[in-house]
Amino acid sequence: MSEIIKVGMADLKTCVSPDGVTTLGLGSCVGIAIRDPQTKIGGLAHIMLPDSTAMRNGQLNVAKFADSGIEELVRQMERLGAVRRRMVAKIAGGATMFPFQGQGSSMNVGQVGDRNVEATKAKLKELKIPIIAQDTGKNYGRTVIFYPETGDYLIRAVGRAESVI
Amino acid sequence: MANMSLEQVTETYYDVLKELGNIGAGNAMTALSQMLQCKVDMKVPQVRLLEFTEVGEMMGGEELIMVGVFLGVEGDITGSMMFMVEEQTARHLIQKITMGMLPPGSEFEEMGLSAMKEVGNIITGAYLNSLSTLTNLKIFPTPPALTVDMAGAILSVPAIQFGIFGDKILLIQSQFHDEIQLDGYFILIPDMESYAKILTSLGLPVV
Repeated sequence: MSEIIKVGMADLKTCVSPDGVTTLGLGSCVGIAIRDPQTKIGGLAHIMLPDSTAMRNGQLNVAKFADSGIEELVRQMERLGAVRRRMVAKIAGGATMFPFQGQGSSMNVGQVGDRNVEATKAKLKELKIPIIAQDTGKNYGRTVIFYPETGDYLIRAVGRAESVI
Repeated sequence: MANMSLEQVTETYYDVLKELGNIGAGNAMTALSQMLQCKVDMKVPQVRLLEFTEVGEMMGGEELIMVGVFLGVEGDITGSMMFMVEEQTARHLIQKITMGMLPPGSEFEEMGLSAMKEVGNIITGAYLNSLSTLTNLKIFPTPPALTVDMAGAILSVPAIQFGIFGDKILLIQSQFHDEIQLDGYFILIPDMESYAKILTSLGLPVV
């Protein structure tokens, strides 16, 4: 029996086919699904913020940030036997949930989705992992399920047809 | 005072927010009962400090469809605030406010959404008013933005704001009922810089 492993907000998990990984209700966060097609080892990171280097606090939840989260996911997949140069990625999320412009940190709200997507792309490029499909931006939430067996990345949203990228 | 760790700082911060949240939610419910022109029974608000991963589950699942009203906070302090109710609750409120012009079960139409925005506006306005009175700080809400989507997706917005300085989110749940039991959630997110201002205004030491 295969299992679908749940990934929370600011969290990451690896899995091996036939198991899959899922995360529910991605908003401005980004769900990064990575797969090694040969070993069928996969993983999913649910990141919230673009950049860990701006954080000076003591212990860091690496899964919270695009840069450190992707690095950690790749490392965990490699530990399972996946090979970096074979890895491919699919990304979803990074929505702008509220069209918003204000002062202070609330200003951030209208842009953080886009910034998360940009940071995700930059990190994957740095690691030389190609993005082979994406469904990002817009203004609605997404639930995603990733199957390392086929590489299918299933996307569900409220009031929209289910899609596979 | 010796150097305090960030954890201690945020703990004090959360404690203060918690107390303010309690009072704010009470005021907001009074405003709601005036708007609905009926007595709204309210329980003592539950203030919880939750891990990001726990919030969605606590509300009834990340995929539960909810209505979120989000607004910025400006003036002496800056930040943002959110009010969330379950879709069913929103329908009930809209129906009462529009005097049944919008039958239950019908799609959220423009009128329903703008009525809901107004509810959010009044409730959050009352909340911020009490905060302003307590702290003697000028606090102005920006016009609200509204969305109907999965709880998890809506929550990503305040979670990200909280995520800048911690791994937890402060959620204020207020339960009220007129004919049916309704749950409303408040999330207040002052900027880190506004924290010192709130503490000082309340006569607390700034660490």
